[in-house]
Amino acid sequence: MTSASQALEADLTDLLERRTKIPVAPDADLFELGVVSSLFAMELVVHLESTYDIAIVGPDLVMENFRSVQAMAALVRRIQDRVGAGTGV
Amino acid sequence: MSAPESAEHRLTVLGAGVMGVSIAALASGHGIPVTLVDIDEAKLDRARTALPQQIRLAQLVGALPRDRVAGTLVTGTAVAAAAGSTAVVEAITENAEQKSKVLAEVAAVVPAGTPLITNTSAIPIAELAAAVPHPGLLIGTHFMNPAYVIRNVEVIRGPRTADSTVDAVAGLLSAVDRHPIVVRDAPGFVTSRLLHPMLNAAALVVQRGTATVEQVDALMQGCLGHATGPLRTADLIGLDNLVDSLNVLYEHTGDAGCQPCDLLLRKVRDGHLGRKSGRGFYEYGGAVA
Repeated sequence: MTSASQALEADLTDLLERRTKIPVAPDADLFELGVVSSLFAMELVVHLESTYDIAIVGPDLVMENFRSVQAMAALVRRIQDRVGAGTGV
Repeated sequence: MSAPESAEHRLTVLGAGVMGVSIAALASGHGIPVTLVDIDEAKLDRARTALPQQIRLAQLVGALPRDRVAGTLVTGTAVAAAAGSTAVVEAITENAEQKSKVLAEVAAVVPAGTPLITNTSAIPIAELAAAVPHPGLLIGTHFMNPAYVIRNVEVIRGPRTADSTVDAVAGLLSAVDRHPIVVRDAPGFVTSRLLHPMLNAAALVVQRGTATVEQVDALMQGCLGHATGPLRTADLIGLDNLVDSLNVLYEHTGDAGCQPCDLLLRKVRDGHLGRKSGRGFYEYGGAVA
């Protein structure tokens, strides 16, 4: 895993642990744990968009992408890669 | 290529309260242009922020299509903004006098033949029909909150509502992927007539100290399969709206079970209106727009 990906997962884990007050493993199922509701997922959408300067829209805007820290990190990387490829950066 | 169905509709929603904004989000989220009217500019300000947020939340949970461009939102403080609409939904305060007044005003500015839809939880449509020049164009709906999550819509056909109006509203509801259930006119129709006295009774159980709020909801959810529990449902409806609706029901039916209990009245007096004010029977993490 790259250091950027590690930093991303660390940031998300930190945010979730602060909000839920329980330890959160990167692959933990947050829905099964009952710690991520649809309203909290929406907060996470806004957090990811403002922190990583991305837009989460259309087919990316699904609850499944917020099931775990890993899923959220993968979502951010996918969008960043797509934007990077699209603009030739 | 034919135009999408939503291109046929231009909706005006009167009232930017919880239900007005929710109905506007439902329509806009399906690509229908919406004009939202309220006399309170501050409410319109909040609605302009809340509407796109509600659409995104609904998309996130799969309640609104993710591939649709949202219909434009225009806001205004006068009913004149409704000119040019293909349908009007009136969703102001649950008060027959105020509803009658605004329905008469909007009837005067919309094109001839435009259906007027009054969104009410309890007021008989026949009563409101007296206020409009063409009672055949008036029909009732009782959307549940949030309108974009709950697919079934109670549609109330007044004694004078025309077939063409029922068809027009069915077409509009189909364009927003809702399923109409058309019932006849009566105080509280079906859902409020059954639900609201039960919510009042649930509050009375707490008032008398028989059980706590949490116990009432846990029993109704766990034993009787109620999806959210009566008191959490009351908070979602808004305790002020519930009291208004109970008063209408009591006035029209004389059913003592519809007289709002003291605990409900006290909460409304204290400004504890439920989910929307951040506190009702339960505490919430802050007020919602």
